[in-house]
Amino acid sequence: MKQDIHEYLAEFEDIPGTRIYTASRARKGYWLNQFAMSLMKADNRERWKTGERAYLDQWQLSEEQKLAVLARDYNRMLDLGGNIYFLSKIFSSDGIPFAEACSTMTDMTFPEYRQMMLDGGRSPEGNRSIKGGY
Amino acid sequence: MARITAGVGSSHVPLLGVAVDQGKSRDDYFGPIFAGYDWTREWEKTEKPDVVILVYNDHASAFDANIIPTFAIGCGENYKPADEGWGPRPVPDVEGHADMAWHIAQSLILDDFDMTIINEMDVDHGLTVPLSMMFGQPDRWPCKVVPLAVNVVTYPVPSGNRCWALGEAIARAVESYPEDLNVQIWGTGGMSHQLQGPRAGLLNREWDNKFMDLLVGDTQAARAIPHIEYLRETGSEGIEMVMWLIMRGALGAKTRLLHRHYHIPCSNTAIGHMVLEPVE
Repeated sequence: MKQDIHEYLAEFEDIPGTRIYTASRARKGYWLNQFAMSLMKADNRERWKTGERAYLDQWQLSEEQKLAVLARDYNRMLDLGGNIYFLSKIFSSDGIPFAEACSTMTDMTFPEYRQMMLDGGRSPEGNRSIKGGY
Repeated sequence: MARITAGVGSSHVPLLGVAVDQGKSRDDYFGPIFAGYDWTREWEKTEKPDVVILVYNDHASAFDANIIPTFAIGCGENYKPADEGWGPRPVPDVEGHADMAWHIAQSLILDDFDMTIINEMDVDHGLTVPLSMMFGQPDRWPCKVVPLAVNVVTYPVPSGNRCWALGEAIARAVESYPEDLNVQIWGTGGMSHQLQGPRAGLLNREWDNKFMDLLVGDTQAARAIPHIEYLRETGSEGIEMVMWLIMRGALGAKTRLLHRHYHIPCSNTAIGHMVLEPVE
């Protein structure tokens, strides 16, 4: 049943609007994710809220990662190696629900996104494969 | 001898925990979700399991980006609910079954599953939400829990086939535990959902239900579903469903369906729930 790792990873790039958290993303985003994880501690959240930039400067993040965090640009954070479960500590600290944070990564407003979910969610139709278009 | 008497599959969406903790579980939004668990809550009262082997994933709570165990088993005496960024859930501590957990861990390692052993950890919504769904709001949980954490976050995650085989090995381990205990195994997570990127919000009712069909009876077809199919069809976080295969694998050659429930949506996620029993 063993799959070739190169073929396995290549397939992930064919999914529209999706960043699969592969080893290369995990390596790139290691400190971004560890920074986000630190916000689980109440003391750290307090320090973060009193000075975001100063708090970020204590971590080995690239400048573009820091700017993406400050701008709460979650798609950019994903591109720079963030994982959504780690990044969720940032929007939780902001008091923003998961669904609202998700909506910021789509082309919808939160009310539009919420309505789409109530209507049965985003259809997989046309959203499965970039190359295949199905 | 200990024996696995039933398997439970369930989503573990954090918002369900919020609904329970804030008394909203019967409102217009959550009512239809929780109604689908009423049967199970009554059933659990008569089944009275001694131990639940609870298969779940940690959501960057106990494990950070540093150490990523593929399969980890909690061998501690007890576990506290994790602070996931808004304070811990107001639920009882989870009592472990250290003796059985160590027995399972040792048996699995001899059976070629190289488990990671955890002595101390906090448990997040992945573990505490299913307990709330099945047992409501007791002062203490009515059974002991053996947490079994699976990496479904960093790729590659374990294959469906490997998860199923782990379930089979867990069943062998439980059967060789000398005490006469009623053991359930729960597979949690899913169903379809995607929490990231422009495709966020993807749900797939048809695929989810086909997956649940495959856990009933004697088919083993679900073992062979490749990761890419979960990802394309059920969203990036739908991959959590591989954890249901550990539960299914532990139930042996054939299962009978006792209860089934499906609801869309809960926040970003499709809710699936089923109760299965092994058929001799």
